[in-house]
Amino acid sequence: MTREEVLDDLRKKFKDDIIEVFDKSPKRVYVEIRPDSIVQVASYIFKDLKARFNTASGVDLRYHMEILYHFLIEDINLLISLRVKLQKQKLEIDSLSPIFEGSSWIEREIHEILGINFRGHKDLRKLLLPDDWPEGVYPLRRDYKEWDKNVIRDRGV
Amino acid sequence: MEKTIIPIGPYHPLQEEPEFFLLTVEGEKVVDIDVHIGYNHRGIEKLSETKTFDQSTFLIERICGICSTSHPFAYTRAVEDIIPIEVPERAKYIRTIIAEGERIHSHLLWLGLAGHFLGYNTVYMWAWKLREEILDVMEILTGNRNNYAMFKPGGVRRDIKSEDIPVVIKKIDSIVSTLEMLKKAVIDDPVLHARTKGIGILSKEDAINYCALGPTARASGVARDLRKDSPYGAYDKVEWDMIVTHNGDVFDKVVVRVLETFESIKIIKNCLLNLPGGEIDANIKDIPPGEGIGFIEAPRGECFHYVKSDGTNRPVRHKVRAPTFMNLPTYKATVIGEDISDATIILAAIDPCYCCTERMTVCNTKRKKIYNGKDLIKLSREKTEILRNKMGVK
Repeated sequence: MTREEVLDDLRKKFKDDIIEVFDKSPKRVYVEIRPDSIVQVASYIFKDLKARFNTASGVDLRYHMEILYHFLIEDINLLISLRVKLQKQKLEIDSLSPIFEGSSWIEREIHEILGINFRGHKDLRKLLLPDDWPEGVYPLRRDYKEWDKNVIRDRGV
Repeated sequence: MEKTIIPIGPYHPLQEEPEFFLLTVEGEKVVDIDVHIGYNHRGIEKLSETKTFDQSTFLIERICGICSTSHPFAYTRAVEDIIPIEVPERAKYIRTIIAEGERIHSHLLWLGLAGHFLGYNTVYMWAWKLREEILDVMEILTGNRNNYAMFKPGGVRRDIKSEDIPVVIKKIDSIVSTLEMLKKAVIDDPVLHARTKGIGILSKEDAINYCALGPTARASGVARDLRKDSPYGAYDKVEWDMIVTHNGDVFDKVVVRVLETFESIKIIKNCLLNLPGGEIDANIKDIPPGEGIGFIEAPRGECFHYVKSDGTNRPVRHKVRAPTFMNLPTYKATVIGEDISDATIILAAIDPCYCCTERMTVCNTKRKKIYNGKDLIKLSREKTEILRNKMGVK
């Protein structure tokens, strides 16, 4: 499949799920989709288009939170980034870890640093933050304030 | 059967990356593994948002001492993707040379330590002696043995002097014969075969499912290398081969890394001989609002950076994904069902920060017996010794 066929295919198959396709450059495409459709679209890209899941990156923007799922189709050298916008009142999305194991850790990471809940993830323990990190404090959110001024002194750094 | 919990980690003064492994064993067999990371979480992604695009290059160079080229390489490519801009030809070649030098020293470092854990201290010494030569080459080219500070968005900071090129080529040629000897000593050794073949197998399906990267995936028959699939730098302009093996065991991972070292030497030589003239910097002035993604093939696999800019001189979001992040979870597929004396080398085979194996502790909850990391390495070495005696190899 060529690059154009892949994109046409995506547009046709997920007509109702795709909100916007931003064709940035020959190697990069950003596809904005509805949060509810992430499992169908991602599993189609991973299983049928034989893409490799690179990683996901979450970012807190002023009015919403955004997750980008990056998939690289190596045969045609095309990086598809699925963009999902989540309302701040309802930070929830379906987990991709039942489809492929590779997304398990990054979802744990996004869960603890941005506080987004992944439905269907079996193991949402902390991954990077220390065990005594308080509940409900998310370091990469815009409203994050240092919760412990003594944190560096106490750790003896 | 009585189950034993074995905690491994997280800290050891020799290590730069602490990890913690919880092995559950029944007798000698590992039945479950749990990995805890984050003991060295320094919040670099958050810190990077407070630095300018130029300063960030230095910050992320310090993510890892061994991959001190991979991260800036991926990051600068991400920033160049925002604009977008092509870097000058000469800068591409210089970047490739530095990145391959790093691959050689990283693979040799791994090979030495793998030999050390298996009780082959000769391999350890030879590999590290060779690594020293490569570090000398890097010092000639960049002025530093590590943390080269060569990269900047738009090009490289320093040029390679033409009078240095013959010196470097001579030095690299002198390495090849010793490396050839080391390769024979490692790949043809019957005891090493017995010790590493068929151990810690990562199947191709698992490699795809876990999204494994780099040599870990290539040893399982996943013929993917970003340098071929998504060429950057000068990789599409020089000739080299992708190394792929199909068994997915520890031995194949050794083979992939050893053979890749030869390819890297080939690439460096080719690049130095065909180094084009011209500028080394595209002189980027402003970074417009937008998003950029940069990924490159680091020694351990794909290194991935995502940078979001809002038009100011600082990134709004900078996501760093190191290759070990994807390779570590494959332990679930490789360690379970294996002997505890093989766990050390299997955990080491993906080339995490090596440390993990050094700080192993075994504690038997029933008999209150506690082993430390030294004992586990001893266990691993004793197994090699027994095999050696059995096979009559001196």
